[in-house]
Amino acid sequence: MDDAPLTPLDPAYIKVARVHGLLAMLPLLVGAVAIELADLLPPGLIFAPLALIAVLLAGLMPVRKWRSRGFDMGADRLRVVKGVLFHADTVVPFSRVQHIDVEQGPLERTFGIARLILHTAGTHNSSVVLPGLAHADAVAMREAIRAHLQREAP
Amino acid sequence: MSEPDIVSGPEPVKADEDGWQRLHPLTIIASLARAVINAALPLAAVMLGGDGGSRGAGMVGAVLLTILTLSVLVSWLSWSRVRYRIGEADVRLERGLFSRSARAVPFERIQDISLEQKLIPRLLGLVAVKFETGAGGKDELALSYVSKAEGERLRTTLRALAEDSPASAALPEAEREEPARLLFAMGPGLLLLFGMFEFSLVALAALAGAAQQFDFLLQFEIWDLNSWEERLSGQGAWLAGLGVVARIVGVILAAGAFLALGFATGIVRTLLRDWGFRLERTARGFRRRRGLITRSDVVMPVHRVQALVVGTGLLRRVWGWHSLAFVSLAQDAGSAHHVVAPFAQSDVLVKIAAEAGFTLPTRDQAWQRASEKYRYDRGLFAAGLFVLSAAVGMATGYVVAALALIILGVLLAFREYCLWLSERHALDPLQVLSRRGWLSPKLMVAARVKLHSVEISQGPLARLRGYADLRFGLAGGQLSMRGVPLAEAQAIRAQVLESIVAVDFARLPR
Repeated sequence: MDDAPLTPLDPAYIKVARVHGLLAMLPLLVGAVAIELADLLPPGLIFAPLALIAVLLAGLMPVRKWRSRGFDMGADRLRVVKGVLFHADTVVPFSRVQHIDVEQGPLERTFGIARLILHTAGTHNSSVVLPGLAHADAVAMREAIRAHLQREAP
Repeated sequence: MSEPDIVSGPEPVKADEDGWQRLHPLTIIASLARAVINAALPLAAVMLGGDGGSRGAGMVGAVLLTILTLSVLVSWLSWSRVRYRIGEADVRLERGLFSRSARAVPFERIQDISLEQKLIPRLLGLVAVKFETGAGGKDELALSYVSKAEGERLRTTLRALAEDSPASAALPEAEREEPARLLFAMGPGLLLLFGMFEFSLVALAALAGAAQQFDFLLQFEIWDLNSWEERLSGQGAWLAGLGVVARIVGVILAAGAFLALGFATGIVRTLLRDWGFRLERTARGFRRRRGLITRSDVVMPVHRVQALVVGTGLLRRVWGWHSLAFVSLAQDAGSAHHVVAPFAQSDVLVKIAAEAGFTLPTRDQAWQRASEKYRYDRGLFAAGLFVLSAAVGMATGYVVAALALIILGVLLAFREYCLWLSERHALDPLQVLSRRGWLSPKLMVAARVKLHSVEISQGPLARLRGYADLRFGLAGGQLSMRGVPLAEAQAIRAQVLESIVAVDFARLPR
């Protein structure tokens, strides 16, 4: 199972991450521009490092995050891999899933992707989140896992 | 549902037509007594703090009377607005003076029902019935208080309903009560020995705190060095004149008092908590009773046990004393695990574990250690920071400080080495075992089929060096293995997953 090739996430995940990064930086960037315009400090002293961070957050990181993530939907288990620096590779057997959520934020809805969330009874990993799935795929996966649960239940 | 009218008949605990019942009327007395005790300390402070004039005394009397009247009123009102019912599928509890809250707990969600008797309710023959659902802490449903007989009745009825076995619920009371088998009990001797190992300086801290709180009772400023000096140079000057021998005797006496206080605290706390400790195996599971002033009575179904925790202490392990606790979703008096044997030798632990369906490792258990790379990395990390700062210290001329830092760094590296020696893990056909810690190691044994997920996690260094941490999803506890070589971690995960997948959770007895 550890050698099985991982399915990459939907490329729209990169776009959503870019917009997220930009939105997070926006207030700071606006402030920096205001300071530049006010001419209080040497030009670029605040704006340049902030712009660099923005490029990292919105340009580089989303791609790296997307590359580091992946999943493998087995016949009876789901494997979720994530983490750019700190890797986590989690396997949840379907038979231990308590309930399943498919969630979409406003941004995710715009780009047509969704998060699949598996809840288990374990204290560690009580909810395993798999973001960046095409909405139809997430729903299909949910239905597949549900069908598995119904088949197993007495 | 119509508003509950306040009935004051001779039999107030009797159910009405809809099956709604009230708490025992003596609850009013119990909560009143608790309120008075809570108010006693501030009141005493007010009295002591007052000038003691006749006017002051009158004021205090008036305040006292008001508080008492209010307490009676509140206790009675809150009692009169609580009612509960055992329905067809759930337990319901309604309460609240102004805003009513109604709570329903479905039978199948009830993990465990325990009875608890604090001192005052115990004197009045009342018990608190606590329902464990896994929600944790304050959110749990509790009926405080009902009569002891009603508590027992509730527990038997509800447990039968919760177990979802109508057949056993229909059985007459006598047939359901199978004889209990005693697994473990603690006599006063064993408790005393246990208490010795529970040496604690908490009381000392409490005393210091109290001295600060109530320093207005003392005639001088306890925290003011100058006043101490004055005292010692005045009447206390004889102390200074006693000479070296007397001073040494004094120090020894002080140390003795220190130790005595520590032991006394440990013994008293142990006696209070574990007096009359009895663990029995009944038809329904494990039944544990303990407590001197607050008596608790917990029954835990066998299949709810998710894992075992075997703990020990720095000194007690030398004589082979260990503790055993069950991990389950239910909580036990604030702690996550149910202690089933706080202080016992390994043969007892093995017996209890076997009753719960677990096997404790024997001497010839094949253990695995963490990767050696993990050991070196951890050791270097622990020592590195100190050695670096020591180098800076050397360079800037703080030689003594630098030497101290180096010694500290070496000690930390040594600790990492000992940890590596002590920590170990193993996998047997049915269980996952992991021992963590060095001086007081903790062994966790979990049933493979009762795990919910397996995670392999790696930091940047771990990825570079090829080891990983394994974390298991365990209901009610944390189970992990650290620094396992990656290939081994993957093999362990694959094996554990095979056992999990083989049994559906819905088919597990819950």
